[in-house]
Parts: sequence; C-alpha cells; structure tokens
Amino acid sequence: MNAFRYAQAHDAASALATMASDPGAAYIAGGTNVVDLMKDDVVRPTLLVDITRLPMRGIDTLPDGGVRLGALATMSEVADHAAVAARFPAVAQSLLLSASPQLRNMATIGGNVMQRTRCAYFRDVSQACNKRVPGSGCAAISGVNRQHAVVGGSKQCICTHPSDLAVALLSADAIVHVRGRSGDRAIPIDRFHVLPGTTPQRETVLERGDLITAVELPATASARTSFYLKVRDRASYEFALVSVAASLDVRAGTVRAARLALGGVAPIPWRSHDGERALVGKPANAGTFAAAAQAATRGMRGYGQNDFKIALAQRAIVRALSQVGAPS
Amino acid sequence: MSGLVGAPIDRVDGRLKVTGAATYSAEVQVPGLVYGVMVLSTVASGSVARVDADAARKAPGVIEVMTSANAPRVDTKGTGGGDRTLMALQDDTVRYDRQPVAVVVADTFERAVDAASLVRVRYVRAPAATSFEREPDYQPQSALGADRHKGDAQAALAQAAVKIDQTYVVPAEHHNPMEPHATVAHWEGDRLTVYDATQGIMQARRKLAAAFGVPETNVRVISKFIGGGFGGKGSLWPHAVLAAMAAKLVDRPVKIVLSRPQMFGSVGFRPHTMQRVALGAARDGRLTSIIHQSSAQTSVFDEFIAGTGMLSTVLYGTPNLLVTHRLRKLNAATPTFMRAPGEACGSFALESAMDELAYATGIDPVQLRLINDTNTDAEGRPFSSRSLRECLRVAAERFGWSRRDPRPASMRDGRLLVGLGMAAATYPTHRSAAAALVQVRADGSVVVRSSGVDIGTGAYTVFTQVAAEQLGLPVERVTMELGDSTYPNAPNAGGSQLTASAGSAIKLAALDARAKLLALAGGNAALLRGGPEAIAALVQRAGVAAVEGTSDAKPGEEQKTFAQHAFGAQFVEVRVDADLGTVRVVRFVNAFACGRILNEKTAKSQYLGGAVWGIGMALLEHTRFDERSGRIMNANLAEYLVPVNADVPAVESIIVPEDDPHVNELGVKGIGEIGIVGAAAAVANAVYHATGKRVRDLPITPEKLLA
Repeated sequence: MNAFRYAQAHDAASALATMASDPGAAYIAGGTNVVDLMKDDVVRPTLLVDITRLPMRGIDTLPDGGVRLGALATMSEVADHAAVAARFPAVAQSLLLSASPQLRNMATIGGNVMQRTRCAYFRDVSQACNKRVPGSGCAAISGVNRQHAVVGGSKQCICTHPSDLAVALLSADAIVHVRGRSGDRAIPIDRFHVLPGTTPQRETVLERGDLITAVELPATASARTSFYLKVRDRASYEFALVSVAASLDVRAGTVRAARLALGGVAPIPWRSHDGERALVGKPANAGTFAAAAQAATRGMRGYGQNDFKIALAQRAIVRALSQVGAPS
Repeated sequence: MSGLVGAPIDRVDGRLKVTGAATYSAEVQVPGLVYGVMVLSTVASGSVARVDADAARKAPGVIEVMTSANAPRVDTKGTGGGDRTLMALQDDTVRYDRQPVAVVVADTFERAVDAASLVRVRYVRAPAATSFEREPDYQPQSALGADRHKGDAQAALAQAAVKIDQTYVVPAEHHNPMEPHATVAHWEGDRLTVYDATQGIMQARRKLAAAFGVPETNVRVISKFIGGGFGGKGSLWPHAVLAAMAAKLVDRPVKIVLSRPQMFGSVGFRPHTMQRVALGAARDGRLTSIIHQSSAQTSVFDEFIAGTGMLSTVLYGTPNLLVTHRLRKLNAATPTFMRAPGEACGSFALESAMDELAYATGIDPVQLRLINDTNTDAEGRPFSSRSLRECLRVAAERFGWSRRDPRPASMRDGRLLVGLGMAAATYPTHRSAAAALVQVRADGSVVVRSSGVDIGTGAYTVFTQVAAEQLGLPVERVTMELGDSTYPNAPNAGGSQLTASAGSAIKLAALDARAKLLALAGGNAALLRGGPEAIAALVQRAGVAAVEGTSDAKPGEEQKTFAQHAFGAQFVEVRVDADLGTVRVVRFVNAFACGRILNEKTAKSQYLGGAVWGIGMALLEHTRFDERSGRIMNANLAEYLVPVNADVPAVESIIVPEDDPHVNELGVKGIGEIGIVGAAAAVANAVYHATGKRVRDLPITPEKLLA
C-alpha cells in the first residue's frame, strides 16, 4: 500500500471537481474493495475522494411499483428493505448471499457493481495481467483458473465479475443513474459492464470521474417472481462458483416473460438472451427449463480447472427456474 | 481442593483476552521501537540480481533497507541439522516463492509498508521444481525415513481374500491462525530480548543464540499469549531472525509483523501428501496385511518429514505390515508441523481405506474396527491404556449409528442425499523433560513458573488447577506465569506434549513445596489444610519471602515398555445436493479417551476445534500452487477457504473416562491434536455413503461430485 492523500466531498459537484483535480484520484465509499486493492498494490491512488457524505443513501419506493436505491445505500440496508424483498426477491437474496454481515454494513450499492475481479493474477502485481498492465499477458488462461470465465472471455482476459447483486440486477432490468462532467445519464444494467475483448482494462461504460448516484429497479412483469441461486464451496462468505438470477412471468402455465442471468461464469454479469428465448412462449415445465439451460450454456468453454462450471451452470439454471417457475 | 482438577472452570486468562488486556507479540511496545516490513521473492528459484531500493530509501521515515548486501551475517550452523530458518539474506539465492529478499525499516509501520512497496527486485530465474508429480521420491535418512516391516505385507496382500489398494491425496494446506506471526527484537549490547509469537521459546532462545554467536543466557525470549499456533509457530522462522538482524543493523528495537499473504511464505505449511494404502483381509474382516506408503513434499534446501503412516502401526492389529515414508524436493518453502502432523493426513488414507474394506466385506464400519482392535502395537508392546472400543461404542450410540442404512445413496432428506460416516482416531502421547518453580509466598499467594507457552489451549488454566490442587488452595490464590525463557525449562507447546511435560513438572514442584511446608509445620498435615491464612503463617514463621518447590520431571522406562497413545472416534452426518455437488456437514459427534482430563471445558474446546478443522480439511482447504511458477495463488482468506460458522453444525464432543497409571505423573495424554485425526475421513466416508462416490483426493469440492 502506498501513502495517499484524502479528501471528503460534500456534494456531487465538489466530488467531480476534486476527482478531476488529480489524475491519480479515486472515489472511496465503503472501501471494502478499493482498500483491499490498495493493500495488494493493485491500485495506488494518490488521492482518495470520500463520497460517503453525499446525500445518496435513500431507498425510495416508486409509485409504479419500482424502487430507487441511492448509490450510497449499504448492501445491508437494501437487503433489509421490505419493498425490495417483496418486489425484487432476487435482489434481496443476492445481497444476503454476498460477503459477510460486517462487509454488507459497509459496502454500498454503487461500489458493488464497480467491484474488480477476484482473479488471483489481477490481484498479484508480480503476475502477468492485461487488465492491470495492458499487454503484459494473461497468466490465468493456463494457470490456476478454477474460478475463471467459461463464456465472454477473450485471449486477453478470462476473469469473472465477482458481484452477486449485479447478476440479480440483470434479472430486474435495473437502470444505473450516473452523474458525469457533462451531466446526468441513465444506463441500463445490461449495457453497463463491457466484455474484455482486446481492452480488458475497460470494465464499464463509465468515463473517468463519473459518479453513480442511484440504481433504479423498475416495475416489471417478472421481477416479483425472481430467485437468486448461489453455488459455492463453503456455506457462506465466498464468491460464487456459479450463480443464477432468474425471473419468470408465467400465466396459465406459459412463460410470458423471462430474465436469466448468470454469475461466476463471465468477465461481466452475464445475461443469457439465448436462455430467455428458450423460455418465452413455452410451458413452464422441466423440459423447458432443461432446454433453457442447454441454450444458455451453448458455446461455453473451460480452461481446465473450470471445466465443471458448464455442467454446474446448467444444473443451477434448472434449479433456479424450477424454484420460480413451479406451478403454484 | 481435591476434585479441582478436571473441573470445567473458566479460563483464568479469559478476562484479559476479551478485554484486550492480554498483550500479544505484535502489540508489544518498547522505547525507540521501529518497524520492519519484509519484501518477499516473487519467483521460486534463481537469484536476486539487483535490489533497487533507491526510492524506498528516500521515502519518508525510512531508516534502512536491509538486503543481502548489508545484512548482518549469522551463523547458519550449530543449530542442529539443516535449518531453514537462518539463511534469510545470507546469500542471493532464491529457493522458494515468498522468500524474504529485503527488509525495509521505518519509523512507523505505515511508512515501512509504503516504502516496501517501492522496492524493485530483479531476479535471474533458474529452473524450478514445482510439480509434485514430476519429482522423484527419495528416502530420508532420519529415523522416520526408515521402513517399518512386520511379516511379509506384499505376499499377504497378494493372498488376501479381500483387497483394497488405493491412492489418497491431501493437498498442501496452511495453518492460518488468527494471530499473525510477529517478532519484536531488542538488543542491549550483546544481550538480545525477543518477543516472538512462538510455541517454543527455549528452542527460539537456543537458535537465536547460535545464530548471533552469543551465550544462551544473553538471549531472553518472551511469548505471553498466542492467538493460535497449530504447529505453524513451532519453529524459529526467518522473520524472527530478520527482526534481530535489523535491530542490530539500525541499532534500534525492530518489530516485524507478517501480513496474511506473508503467512503463506516462510512460516511452514502441511505438505502435499500422496499415500498408497493397501489392505488385505479375510472374509470375516480380519486384517492380514496393511501397506501404508506415503510421499510428501519437502523443500530443496531442508527436510521436513511427518510420520504419515505411523498410525498404521498402532490403530489395528495385523500380522503383516509395511510402512514407508518418502519425500520429494520442491522449490517451495519447507513444510512443517500442522495439527496432528502425520496422523491428520495418514488417517484420511487409512480410515478411508477401512471404509472401503467395510463395503468390500459387507461388514459394518464400526464392527470392522472392533474386529481389528489390538492389545499391542506393531512392535508388540502393550498399550499403557487403550480405549478405542469404548470411544467407538459411546460415540456410535450417541450419534445413532444404528439407524444408518449402509447402502450408498439410500437415505434422503427431501431433495438432499443423507450420508453417515465414521472413522477412528489415534495420536501418540509424547513427553519431554521439564522443570517448574512453585513459590508459596508469605501472603499465602502462590506463583508458578514455567517457560512453556499457552498457545490458546488453556495451559494457564489447567496448570493453575494442578498447582492449586496439590497445595490445597483455591485457584484464585495461584498466579501462573508462562512464556519467558528466564523461567524453568519446558519443551515446545507442540506434539500435544506440553501438559504432560510441564504439567507433570508443576505437579512435582508443588509437591516439593508442600513437603517443605509440611516440614515447617513439624509434620502436622492438618496445618496445611487450613487454607491460605494457615499456609501464609507457616511461611512467615520460617522467616523467608517464599517457600520454593522445584522439580525436574522427565520420561522414564515407561516410554520403552509401553506403547502410549490416545484414541477416539469421529461420527459425521452430511447432506449432499447431488445436482450441485455441494456437501454440508449437519451433525458431528466425537469421543476421545485421553487419560485424565484436567479441565472438561478447555478439553472439549480442543475436540470441537478438531471437528471444525476436520470439516475444513475435508471440504475446503487447499493451497493452490501455480505449477509454472511455484507461486501460491490463493494467499488470502477470501480464496484459501476455512470453515465459517455456517459450515459448522452442532458438534458434540464426549470425554471417555480413562485411567492411565503409566504415562506420566498427571496421567494425562495430549489432547491438542487428536481432534482432527480421522475427521476428514469421517466426512469423506459420509459423502460416499450419501452418494456412492469415493473421493480420494481432498478437498471434496463440487466438481468431484458432479461427474
């Protein structure tokens, strides 16, 4: 960890301005991710801009049935919010299955979707990593890659995105509200993260200095019947080997709308449009769910230690869909 | 106060610990203290070509950057055998990943961390031995390296009616005590004081004295509280020597505290161990042959060997036996003792194989073990006491073993498969020479001293009980002082031997003090039963500050006459989600017979802890090396998985009463390690029962059950 300066921002404008004042500046909110990365020398900010005093912590229910999560709302606050649990069960479940209570009390919603990968080569500055040092290579492709991606990776990077929440947000059609130097904009969550391709150092569509102000959960046909399944080695306090967020709108036994998203399998929270297409218009039964699992995992490839994730993802998809799509 | 020993009294140091008043090595402050932070190698083999420390030296607060170029020389000989711990910064050779290559010393910890991140090291890489599979076995020349034969095990196996012949693998694992290793080193002239998180302060004193060429009496080592050792603090490690070297170099006291990733460096670990276990048996389940052959990793520069197969000479009777130990040299740090070194790994193999034999013969696993119970070890020596049968019986009954349908995958709980598994356990009863001092003071208080270390197991508490009982005083009157090399000699708190060794010495010293008090009382024993006031009056009448009892306790002929071991049984119930490959332990019952129990509460804590760690060993723990580089890629607590509360069910530990008149003056057998022995096998056997899948390489992770 390096020596650094610290500044506290009191409103969004001063946060943006302070951030712009130093090319080595970084935002800090809960600090549960950036401090870890600093301890490992993966990031070495010269200035930390503390945004925790900004008025962005509220959780507001919207008249149309949606919920707006302030970017600084903690994971605990959102997970414990009655409207979130009732209207977006997968979102609440994903949070409660994340990290530990202590971390959830500190970590914020905005920071959660910005988490950096747990790839051991990214987090070890002695190792080759194109994300950390573009052009240095990817040591994970033929290395210790049990936790790595089976879809969406490139020759440059096969890391996985660690957020549970972001996977659930995909199943809820969430919208990320951002304030930047040129004003405010709203970014659908499925266009927020970007695949590594040849530029694995770029992880989201955000520009430097952009500040997430809120994450909006709009009312959708299927969000109320959603479920988050997380598979991991130990029973708690571990990142997902594979996770599934599924939401289904089933009427008269037929799937009218579906969202199917996977965690632990790709460099970004992975939405499976193929899986969703295999569901919509079909009867909500085991055969359909198995077909969706096949469709969602078609084209996946392993790199050795992570080969099992493909079969595991199929089984997890079937399990999650059965949970939400079972005739009630 | 008869009946005091055995009582489940609270820890006498409990209040100090929960209030933060107990000072651990990393918290020690001495005037003028400065802070050292190690820079560790990032390659496993080669040499340091250049250490660029210019930026670090210019960083705020930096006092010195110690490298091989300016590090004080230490004597690397004369410390007894190859010693991995003393070679840091003595040359430029890199022999393992995360080997110390520099130490930055600064006026604050934060500034030392900052400056250490600025040090750039260039290496000349050399080919590294990083693949266990590719390296050849060699036979160690040490005592454990000698093969153990009885009868003709190969021939008996060939002729056996029923055979099991399998290979079992336990991966490298790291201790990860909550307390990091930490050292404060302070020179005053040629006298050295070291506060070190170590399980063995007399060993540390001897090695430090040899390294720096000063008399042992010039070195004082202090270790008052340890936040978990588990064998990982059972050696003198490079950072402790480096702290003393740096303190010499900068002429200031220096503190070095390891970070969590650094604890995957030069402080030892459980070696990757591959074992062949072959069992031959008659159709009635009686063993006719046991072959237990292990290969484990060691380092290229030192030798660590665990007696992986030794429990096969003890646990069951067989007319034919072969036990061998081999090692393979890797460019990795030297492995070391880790809770039940040998037995933890060895029991996974032997007790998995016994479960396989139970299925092959159609005999109940508990019954199979009873059939093969024995009265003598492989050398024909009788056991000083042996309560395996009773442990199996008590634990099986409490667990409800009789409701088990032995057919694999036959029991269900809704969607989940139910598995019930068990294993036997054993651990040797060790003992070393120890002395103790008991001072009965004129105010009726008692101070007891031993250089033994309480590594969190409760030594302060049980030793207090022993002394109080012998003197007929309440525990509140007794102050136990441990962990200082100026106190009477005691061995390492390792090998489950401290209580047997130092505890016996304390008992004898207390008896000696009592005899002197009795003499002062003119032989009137009634005076000694009058409580603290009566005893204080005796001391006052003698006109001395204190009546002192001393002792010199050591093992005798009984070590040769008897085989001395503790025994136990582990029973586990699991739920397996067959679709997802996840295993959760839902019930754990274990029972142990370990001679006399000095404190039921602290004893059960050891047994409970063994179960918890056994769950981790079975399902989670795995140090993952990148075989291309020899670098550990999960050197943190997010990816090196240990059990969390949600992984640990209610654990019930049963103390099986046992009277052993032979082992030592206290009649105790060590209890610190046996709790983990057999635990992983019991889980694996339960997983087999649940699924019909026999996993022979730990940990049992989802991918191994999905196939």
